[in-house]
Amino acid sequence: MIYRETGNFVTNYFKDREIFPLKFDKIIVILGLLVLYLYVPTTSEYTLSAHVVPILAVGLATVGLNILTGLTGQLSLGTAGFMCVGAFSTYNLMLRIPENFMSLPVALLFSGIFAGLVGVIFGLPAIRIKGFYLLVSTLAAQYFVWWFFNSYAWFLNYESSGVVAIPPKMYDYWGLGNLLGIDMQGYPARYVLALTVCLALTYFAKNLLRSNTGRNFMSVRDRDIAASVMGISVPRTKLLAFFVSCFYCGVAGGLYSFCYIGNVDLMIYEIDRSFTILFMLIIGGLGSISGSWLGAIFVYEFPIVFTWIGDTIFQGAFNTAVVENVSNMVYGIFIIALLIREPGGFAALWATTKQKLRMWPYPH
Amino acid sequence: MDWVYLIEVLVGGLMSGVMYSLVAIGFVLIYKSSGIFNFAQGTMLLFASLTFVKMTENGIDFWTSLFIAAGIMVIFGIATERYVIRPLANQDLLALFMATVGLATFQEGFSQFVWDSDVHGLQMSKFLDIGLLDPAPIFMSDHIPWLDILIPKFDIFASLVAGSLIVVLAFFFQKTKTGLSLRAVSDDHMAAMAVGIPLQTVWAVVWAVTGVIALVAGLLWAERVSVSFTLIEAVMKALPVILIGGLTSIPGAIVGGLVIGVGEKLGEIYLADVFGGQGIELWFAYFMALIFLIFRPQGMFGEKLIERV
Repeated sequence: MIYRETGNFVTNYFKDREIFPLKFDKIIVILGLLVLYLYVPTTSEYTLSAHVVPILAVGLATVGLNILTGLTGQLSLGTAGFMCVGAFSTYNLMLRIPENFMSLPVALLFSGIFAGLVGVIFGLPAIRIKGFYLLVSTLAAQYFVWWFFNSYAWFLNYESSGVVAIPPKMYDYWGLGNLLGIDMQGYPARYVLALTVCLALTYFAKNLLRSNTGRNFMSVRDRDIAASVMGISVPRTKLLAFFVSCFYCGVAGGLYSFCYIGNVDLMIYEIDRSFTILFMLIIGGLGSISGSWLGAIFVYEFPIVFTWIGDTIFQGAFNTAVVENVSNMVYGIFIIALLIREPGGFAALWATTKQKLRMWPYPH
Repeated sequence: MDWVYLIEVLVGGLMSGVMYSLVAIGFVLIYKSSGIFNFAQGTMLLFASLTFVKMTENGIDFWTSLFIAAGIMVIFGIATERYVIRPLANQDLLALFMATVGLATFQEGFSQFVWDSDVHGLQMSKFLDIGLLDPAPIFMSDHIPWLDILIPKFDIFASLVAGSLIVVLAFFFQKTKTGLSLRAVSDDHMAAMAVGIPLQTVWAVVWAVTGVIALVAGLLWAERVSVSFTLIEAVMKALPVILIGGLTSIPGAIVGGLVIGVGEKLGEIYLADVFGGQGIELWFAYFMALIFLIFRPQGMFGEKLIERV
């Protein structure tokens, strides 16, 4: 076998903390990055716009929800609301601040911070309220944010249709378009931006998980009273989790609007999306960053692949409503089956598979 | 302030509160007995009322349809317990919650696949000859001269149905043997099992009862709104209700429903201007619940949490 986990001797503390301790893993990661950065942008515009970029955006939101729900144990149904804050603040930052001072990546960063602050406000009740009762706070966030942007037309620049297209010049940041001679509004450029943001934030999340802060999050999740006895400030930890999580969701919302659909539309941030992202998290596996990405890919692609298979086999013998209903049924059954078979989601499945391969061909 | 108008608003709020309570009771039953936060309540409403409406549209008479729909809901409840809840027993509560969201997705597809996804109107006065189902409202000024308000007759009918449902449930819980074992299970699963109460049978009963309640609530909602996809959103309306009332208390569900109903109406009238926009009822109930929970984290009648390490 090429892939060996043995013979990896750690000689100093820095090496002990590496994310990828194996040489083989490092090679894979570098190859993967090369593919992501060099090959994927050259694929068709359709692949990028219909599959890759939306998955990047919702996947990032899933990672964000994972920090709150998976790591800290605070159930949230307000993900779409926080994404909405991110999308609208990115748009408004780009619109209101002169071009010389603002560029898309910076606007994304700030809108993440805005969303994080909104998250902290709605996270405040978490200090008192626990468990399912906390749903009311995140649902309040979801509905309030939606209503807020719906009621105050200023945020949409008084666009009466409720949808505002993003002007092309907003994509052109740091003069990169002229410098490299590429179309910054085109999907390859949007993809590279989304990918870079997602990789950076995923790396950060992965490290957060292994840090003192991440361990605090987990101890609050496992037993908050025990955590407070250990000297961890539970309110502070919970609010920090809300901030970080909503920061991710805000950036994801910005990416979703700017890199994927190319307009700011309130309708896509309804409560359904919160549920979709919660599905991605559960199917991927709570508390696992790579699981979040797997879950996002699966949940996003499932209806597309299902419809495609249905169309290919039956050649459009059924109308779209029937296909959608059957897709819902199969999806519902699949989720229940997965939860029964493996409540830990894809991450747990992957761990089991890995362990089995490690033992192979001996079962024990 | 015109206080006759205020009374009208209060009455209207109480009536819509009853509608919320009806959905909330189903939630509370399941949460109480098994600790599951059943998100599929809304789709159960849809499935039950859609089944009923399609049958009456195909010429089956009212009582037969009602009976068959109730039977289908009972079978559905038992099947849910057998194939979803039982294999997931002792799992993480979040996993169970997600399983019910999965169930909701399935049911949403299933009910629209078996029947259709059109909007159906329901008019029970076509089947039942009850004076209260007459669409004309009651003019209270005919009875009490100074009280110049309108009350839709259907709202009174709905409240009566809800009231009798609660009486039946209370009787069922307090006087029957099954009710006794239900209460035992909701107190403590392990202790109930130790004294020989079949947990799975109890859960099956609870899901079946919830299915029937969903049918009743679904029909009343359908008469007020219509049978369509939007019935699923009733579940989002019921969430703040059960959270205010406390997840484990049936009286809580009723009082919570009334509080939310009245509060929503009052908020709409007296606070909408403050927020300079329409549609604050979208989030107002959640804020009410939120403020309430900050002072009383276990809800109005919820069990006090005693936490130990």
